[in-house]
Amino acid sequence: MSKDDNSSSLDSSSSDLQLSLSLTLSPYATTSSPSSISHSCSAALATAASQVVGWPPLGAYRMNIYNSQAKSPATEVFNSTVDNKRASNSTGVRKTADGGSDSSNIIFKEKGNLRSSLFVKVKMDGIPIGRKVDLGAHGSYETLAQTLEDMFDESATVLTHKVGSNGEDHGTEVGADGHSKLLHGSSDLVLTYEDKEGDWMLVGDVPWWMFLNSVRRLRIMRTPEANGLAPRLKEKNRRSKCKLI
Amino acid sequence: MECRRKKENQKSNSTFPDEVLERILGMLKSRKDKSTVSLVCKEWFNAERWSRRSVFIGNCYSVSPEILTRRFPNIRSVTLKGKPRFSDFNLVPANWGADIHSWLVVFAEKYPWLEELRLKRMTVTDESLEFLALKFPNFKALSLLSCDGFSTDGLASIATNCKNLTELDIQENGIEDKSGNWLSCFPDSFTSLEVLNFANLHNDVNFDALEKLVSRCKSLKTLKVNKSVTLEQLQRLIVHVPQLGELGTGSFSQELTSQQCSDLESALKNCKNLHTLSGLWVATAQYLPVLYSACTNLTFLNFSYAPLDSDGLTKLLVHCPKLQRLWVVDTVEDKGLEAVGSHCPLLEELRVFPADPFDEGIVHGVTESGFIAVSQGCPRLHYVLYFCRQMTNAAVATVVQNCPDFTHFRLCIMHPGQLDYLTQESMDEAFGAVVKTCTKLQRLAVSGYLTDLTFEYIGKYAKNLETLSVAFAGSSDWGMRCVLDGCPKLRKLEVRDCPFGNGALLSGLGKYESMRSLWMSDCNLTMNGVRLLAQEMPRLNVEVIKEESYETHQAKKVYVYRSVAGPRRDAPPFVLTL
Repeated sequence: MSKDDNSSSLDSSSSDLQLSLSLTLSPYATTSSPSSISHSCSAALATAASQVVGWPPLGAYRMNIYNSQAKSPATEVFNSTVDNKRASNSTGVRKTADGGSDSSNIIFKEKGNLRSSLFVKVKMDGIPIGRKVDLGAHGSYETLAQTLEDMFDESATVLTHKVGSNGEDHGTEVGADGHSKLLHGSSDLVLTYEDKEGDWMLVGDVPWWMFLNSVRRLRIMRTPEANGLAPRLKEKNRRSKCKLI
Repeated sequence: MECRRKKENQKSNSTFPDEVLERILGMLKSRKDKSTVSLVCKEWFNAERWSRRSVFIGNCYSVSPEILTRRFPNIRSVTLKGKPRFSDFNLVPANWGADIHSWLVVFAEKYPWLEELRLKRMTVTDESLEFLALKFPNFKALSLLSCDGFSTDGLASIATNCKNLTELDIQENGIEDKSGNWLSCFPDSFTSLEVLNFANLHNDVNFDALEKLVSRCKSLKTLKVNKSVTLEQLQRLIVHVPQLGELGTGSFSQELTSQQCSDLESALKNCKNLHTLSGLWVATAQYLPVLYSACTNLTFLNFSYAPLDSDGLTKLLVHCPKLQRLWVVDTVEDKGLEAVGSHCPLLEELRVFPADPFDEGIVHGVTESGFIAVSQGCPRLHYVLYFCRQMTNAAVATVVQNCPDFTHFRLCIMHPGQLDYLTQESMDEAFGAVVKTCTKLQRLAVSGYLTDLTFEYIGKYAKNLETLSVAFAGSSDWGMRCVLDGCPKLRKLEVRDCPFGNGALLSGLGKYESMRSLWMSDCNLTMNGVRLLAQEMPRLNVEVIKEESYETHQAKKVYVYRSVAGPRRDAPPFVLTL
């Protein structure tokens, strides 16, 4: 099974922080013509559109249609999806993610209540307010990392504004190869998750569909802490993989 | 009971015997009228009480089943709503409540002749559906909309046991679709069905069972099938029920021979009474023409899941001269909406849903241009739900100038805090124009970047407003105060992600008892402010949904509603009833 040397991770922010930013930047704005600063805030909010829980206000049934339409295989494709799942054990991250996506979708269709949410909580060390991300809206680690990366940019701005410059990187870009730099270890943050058994794992070590079936919540750790945990995490990974196989 | 009524009759000073008065009041249709006449005097109160056959309950926690059955002893039809509307958007945790079972237990004792049950956003289990099917021998009509908790096993119980069923309407539920075999549970002797809607189920159905059912139910007037039904199968169904008034086509996608195509067109042409058409989940443009001859009398097209393009919609609309309601997906684009403006002069209601609300990079969907085009061609438009990615103040002002009779205006600019994309100003003047011009406005949903000025406009002009939905808007408590002070008929206020704090909440102390409910999530409320509200207004139910990711002093999800039943008795641990 393929394994990244190191998983990068991202910050999260909440609409409260965004609103707080808005109030801080223009607390007395009452005119009908917002300043350029407000516009900047508006742009930040716009960037967050697809990450806000429950926005836009579309019913859960329709949202589930969107998720299933994006990935939904026909019944006769099920077998080939199983093949994909098996094949994914010996292929790279991208292929794994693709196979996992189809498989997880089938699993949810077969087992899940259609209204059950695929949202999980995301917390970043040092930020008291948590956030939620809809894993069902993603088909791979790449898009999840990108989403969290976008949140990271905003939260970094907020952090800087609130606590003064801490030397933290503000902007990051997806690398030329199409992979998120943060997912592949060019950040001082690490994305981890708690699985069904209560163990904290590094994101990216198992196929996407397996991740979807076991993830309870996400946590973005700072690298020093993660480094301190890394040996135990790796040991847990090894044991976990044995069990699964 | 009979004895008590006799005594009352003896004391009556009315010139009418009670029986006559009950008969007269029983003819009232509007539930508002019924409520009003019951306030006239005690005789009318009692007459209305005994003559009432159907009841609507807008919040299942505002009254208890025991109170209901004492007040109205002879109910045959119950309509019940449960969770806050924001549960549709995953803002209410699972297992929040709104379980129908406790109501059914009381109804089984007090309303054994119950015939109709219409539920929305309630939690319904298979056990409850089985209970319903077994305990109410006259049961006829079941409608489940946006409910959850049940599976096709529950539908099998209904099909097996409800001998008099006329209506089974299952829409947009969180249902566990185990298999399509529930259709074969209808007994061979069962023939009374008039409405069958399973469009939103996903599994293949037992088509033989469905065909037999449809062929023997001669009164069937509404049939909405799911995606698994092919065009050929659809044709086989339709030939049995040419009297259909409402048809849901399923996916409407299959390779057809020319003979099959001709057969389908002929079957559809034979449906002379067709007024409502929905479905086309996977519309194939080449087969749309078979619908044309069936469109002459259509008043409602529900293509809210049909990814039609502008050309497909345009060609279809040419054949729909009587259309009054149209629901589409934004794949029709502005050009499709121009066709709506050109061909649908009688249109009253338009809903445009996004095909992909999160696809921000692609330039598609509908804009202010399409919105204006519809308003120019459809002067009777009074209901709009419009999802778009950009909008301008000027466009909205033009729309309401063209169509001043809006009662429902719901505009969702999908990026929170979006400005007027041309002028880069707030969208305040857009909604100002709406409330100034549309004096009949009852429901308003706002979006885009808005300051308190929008709410000043609403408070000043929206005198008939009953429901307001607000998201990512406002500058201070003042905005919410303006609405609470200025809208005398306000019944529901839904607020999320706005900077309204305790001062705004407490400014409505004199208001909430005349409202059905208030929802505030991710605003600036604290537990102290909410507790103060609860202390000052003991007849309101004030609830906070606690989630572990928030600080303990914050009140991140607050639900306030009036209730004669007192605090909830079934609140889960994460709901604090103050």
